[in-house]
Amino acid sequence: MSEVIVVTSGKGGVGKTTTSANVGTGLASMGKRVVLIDADIGLRNLDVVMGLENRIVYNLVDVVEGNCRVKQALIRDKRYPSLYLLPSAQTRDKTAVNESQMIKMIDHLKEQFDFIILDCPAGIEQGFKNAVAGATRALVVTTPEVSAIRDADRIIGLLEARDFSQIDLVVNRLRPDMVKKGKMMSVDDVVDILSLPLIGVVPDDENVVIATNQGEPLVGNHTLAGRAYQNICLRILGEEVPYLNLNQSISFWTRLTEILHKN
Amino acid sequence: MKLLHLFKRKSSGEIARDRLKILLISDRVSCSPEMLEMIKQDVAKVISKYMKIDTDSMEIQISKSTGRGRGNKNPSLYANIPILDLHKI
Repeated sequence: MSEVIVVTSGKGGVGKTTTSANVGTGLASMGKRVVLIDADIGLRNLDVVMGLENRIVYNLVDVVEGNCRVKQALIRDKRYPSLYLLPSAQTRDKTAVNESQMIKMIDHLKEQFDFIILDCPAGIEQGFKNAVAGATRALVVTTPEVSAIRDADRIIGLLEARDFSQIDLVVNRLRPDMVKKGKMMSVDDVVDILSLPLIGVVPDDENVVIATNQGEPLVGNHTLAGRAYQNICLRILGEEVPYLNLNQSISFWTRLTEILHKN
Repeated sequence: MKLLHLFKRKSSGEIARDRLKILLISDRVSCSPEMLEMIKQDVAKVISKYMKIDTDSMEIQISKSTGRGRGNKNPSLYANIPILDLHKI
């Protein structure tokens, strides 16, 4: 039985694409067959975060319009053989696709994949409707900021009006040092305000920027963010994983390997 | 009074949380804070006919869900009204 998960947030720039890339890659590293769909038509980005931008031939709109078969548009990941990307179109806009076309395409992909992960565009218009149309599960990404939480709340309301089996919360870009000083809302505050089950907390980590620069998802590596994403994947698979202690002092060896890795 | 204010000043994290709580209530049920304030004053007026209440620290809010989990429950109006004196009518 395959699961169709939409990664959404309402507000832009909170980490939907990074979360999609890392969750997809993480699940594939655990042996699952995963397809990542970039549903942001016109503003394609998942391909660059995954480092697969040079291999695009066909895209989502080509599939929907029947210019090619789904199989021809899927790009196999260079790291994991069970991971594929269906890129979005860069020269079209959100109206190029409708909800029933998305559902039809997802139904077709369900036969070949365990997880279908949709990277939703920002906003609540057609692009959002397309991305959520075929999904049964959602990851709502937010940062501990007033504007991001307000938009997340609006999105949650819209998701609840649809038939979702599960909606979980990812708190991204947490700064434990600021929370400690009372200068940022804590994870508990965010969970309390949005009253949604928490599935992961990702700290604000410069390694995310470095990973994006290189087009390499950091899930599963030694960085705090990489471990946080790994844990989210395990929780999606139903495992109970304790939350990372984000206040921990980094050990000498971790620091040393980090320095050696940094280019 | 001002000095006391200085010590009791809220951290910006707390300010953000409190602002959001109020904001989301009105977002969720499309009821403006002004309307809620009017309801609060009217409720206070009615209750005051029967008992002495602390109008300054009374709270009133609309919440969409009860307790954890949101669900599709009907919104409800919560009022927390501290009673100062339960005098008989």
